Amino acid sequence: MPRIEFKDSSAAVIIGSGAGGGTLAHELTRRGIKVVLLEAGKRQSLETFSQVPGEAFGQLTWLDPRTQSGNWGVAHDFPTLPAWHCKTVGGTTVHWTASAPRLQPWEMRAKSTYGSVPGASLIDWPISFEELERYYEIAERRMVVTRRNGVPGLPASNNFKVMYAGAKKLGYKQVHTGHMAINSRAADGRGFCIQQGFCVQGCKMGAKWSTLYTEIPRAEATGNLDLRVEAMATRIEHGADGRVNAVVYRDKQGQEQRQSARLVCVAGNAIETARLLLLSTSSKFPQGLANFEGQVGRNYCHQITGFVWGIFEKPVYSWRGATLAGVVEDEAINDPRRGFVGGYRIELLALDLPTLPLVGLPYGWGRDFASLVENYRNMAGMIINGEDMPRAQNRITLNREVKDAFGLPVANVHVDEHPNDHAMRKHAQTQMSRVYEAIGAKRVVLGPTTPATHNTCTARMSANPRDGVTNPWGQTHDIRNLFISDGSAMTSAGAANPTLTIVALALRQAEYISREMKAQKI
Amino acid sequence: MDELISLGRRIILRATTGILAGLVVAGGPLALIARGRAWAIDLTAFTTPEGATLLAAARTMMPHDKLDDAAYALVVHAIDGDASQNELVRRMFKEGVAGLGVGFATSSEDERIAALRKVESSEFFKSLRLKTVQVLYSTPFAYANFGYEGEAFSKGGYLLRGFNDLKWLPEVPRADSGTMPVSK
Repeated sequence: MPRIEFKDSSAAVIIGSGAGGGTLAHELTRRGIKVVLLEAGKRQSLETFSQVPGEAFGQLTWLDPRTQSGNWGVAHDFPTLPAWHCKTVGGTTVHWTASAPRLQPWEMRAKSTYGSVPGASLIDWPISFEELERYYEIAERRMVVTRRNGVPGLPASNNFKVMYAGAKKLGYKQVHTGHMAINSRAADGRGFCIQQGFCVQGCKMGAKWSTLYTEIPRAEATGNLDLRVEAMATRIEHGADGRVNAVVYRDKQGQEQRQSARLVCVAGNAIETARLLLLSTSSKFPQGLANFEGQVGRNYCHQITGFVWGIFEKPVYSWRGATLAGVVEDEAINDPRRGFVGGYRIELLALDLPTLPLVGLPYGWGRDFASLVENYRNMAGMIINGEDMPRAQNRITLNREVKDAFGLPVANVHVDEHPNDHAMRKHAQTQMSRVYEAIGAKRVVLGPTTPATHNTCTARMSANPRDGVTNPWGQTHDIRNLFISDGSAMTSAGAANPTLTIVALALRQAEYISREMKAQKI
Repeated sequence: MDELISLGRRIILRATTGILAGLVVAGGPLALIARGRAWAIDLTAFTTPEGATLLAAARTMMPHDKLDDAAYALVVHAIDGDASQNELVRRMFKEGVAGLGVGFATSSEDERIAALRKVESSEFFKSLRLKTVQVLYSTPFAYANFGYEGEAFSKGGYLLRGFNDLKWLPEVPRADSGTMPVSK
C-alpha cells in the first residue's frame, strides 16, 4: 500500500470507511485521485468476525462514551447507548441487515408533500428523485440488490412465512422478501446467503454487501488508497483562505498526527460527523466548521423503530435465516387520514437469544418477563421502520462535562419525539399486532425503541444555506473543499433504510468532486 | 463453561472467599452440557452466603424453573469477577446483598420478589438485573433450554437445516419469495 506523506497536500482525506466513506474512497481512487482514508476502528475480516453475539457486539460497535437527553424512550432504556452503529473498517455496513430500498419521489419533497407541520423543521431535498434515480440504479447493481436488475429474491424463511400469512390475511398487497443487498446467488466474487441469521455479527459468507470486502479492497487495488486504521480524527484545520487543509487525528499509539489535504470528506456517521465539525473551532469559525448558520448537528433523524413480537402455539425458529429479509410496503405512503404524515415500512426481524432480552423486550423482570423468553422458539418478529420528523432542537451538541479518551467533549444526543412520531408508532404497532393476531397469535409483545441505527440529517443538504449545511452535492455551503459524505447529508429520513441512499449520494458526489478537481475549483 | 469447575478436579485457591456448588440435575440437555454432574464456582469477592443471595436474586429476576442453578451461578461468577477488580462495584453489591437480608436465599419466591421490589430503583438492582440478562441468556444452559441453535456458519448456515421448515402456514408464492441457491 502506498504511503501518502503527512505533508502531501494533494490527497483527498476521507474520514470514515462505511457506506458513504468506503464507497467514495473507491470511486475517487479508481479515477486516479489519491485518498487517505481514516478509520477510527480496527480491521476485521470474514475470518475474525466473532460468532458469539456479545463478543461480536464489542468487536464492531462504537462504544466511545456519549450522553443523551430528551423524551425519547432510548434515553430511558439505553442511557449509555443512544445509537448502535459500528467502529470498524467498513463502518456500519459490517453489521447492517442489508435492507436496501429506495426513497420514494414524494419523500424527497417532504415539505411540499406534508405541508407545514408545527414543531418540525421539514424542507424539500435540493435534488429530485429523478436526479438520484440513476445513482440508485448504479448502487443496486454494485450491491447486487435482490428483486432489481433480474436478481432473484431471497427464499422465504420461517419468520417471513408468519409475517406473510398475517399480512396477506389483513389485506396487505406488497409483501415480499425485500430488496436486500444480500446475494441470493453467488455474485460479485462473493458467495450466496446460507441463512445463518448472523447478519448483525458480520456475515462470515460475505454474502451481504459491506465496504469492508467490496469497495475498500477495490480501492486498495488501484494503488491510490492509504487506509489508516485506529485513526481517530479529532479536528479539521483550515488556512487563512478559509479552505480546509489538514485533518488532525490520533493514531494507534494515541500519538497526534496531522495529514495535509486538498479536500476533506466527513463520513463518520451522523453523530460523529457533527461532533467533528463542532470540535473544529477556530478564530475564523468559532462555532465549528460549516456552521455559520448554526445548523451543524441539528435536525437529527433516526427513524421510528420498535419491535413487535408474536407468540404462537407452534415453533417459528425465527433466528434461522437472513435477519431482515421481508417487508410489508403498503404503509410506506403519505395518507394523513391515518393521523400522521409520512410512511413506515414493516420489516422482518429476529434477534439471537442473548440479544432478545437485552434490547428486544420491554423492560421487566420476574415470571412474566421470563415467560416471554421461554417462548423464544415460538416467537415471530417484526420491526417498524418509519420516517421521523426533523426538529431543530433534536440535535448533536458537545457535552463539555464528559470527555473521551483523548480529553475531548463527547457528543450529546438530544431527541424530543414529535407528536407525529408518536402517532405513527402507535398506528404501526396496532397494524403489526393485527398482522399476528390475524393468524392466531397467543400474545403480541411490543418492544422498546432501540438505540438508533439509522442516524441521519445532522448536516443536511438544503437549497437555502440557512436551512442546512451542504449544497446538493454534499459540499458544505461555507467551505468549498469540505464535503459531507454520509447519512448526515440526507435532507430528511423518509421510510427507507438509509444505506442505499447513502451509497447513491456518494457515487454522485464522487463524480462531482472529480469534475471540480479537474476544473481546479477545489 | 470453563468457569464451572468439576468438583472432582477442584483445587481450593488461596484467594477464595466463598464457594458456590451444586449438582446438575441428571437427565435432560443440561446434564449433557455440564462437564461433570457436580459443579463449583470459586468466589473471590463474596462470601458463600453472599454468593447464595446473589444467585437467588438472579433466579428471582429471571425465573426459569428448568434452568439449573449452574446457569445462575455463572451470573454470580461474572459479578464476582467484576467485583474483585473494582472495589466500588464490590461494595455496591455487598451492601445490596446485605440489604436483602440474611434469610433472602431461603425465603419464598413471593418474599424474594417483595424484597427486590423495594430496591428496584437502586444501582444494585439495576446492575444485577443487567448482568443477569447479559450472562444468563448467553450460557449454553440457556441455549439448550430455550432451543436456540446459535452460530450456524460452521454448519453451513440454516439453508439446508430448517430455515424454511415451518409447515403450519401456507408456503409463500414464488413471486414474493425466491428460489433456493442450491438444491437439497
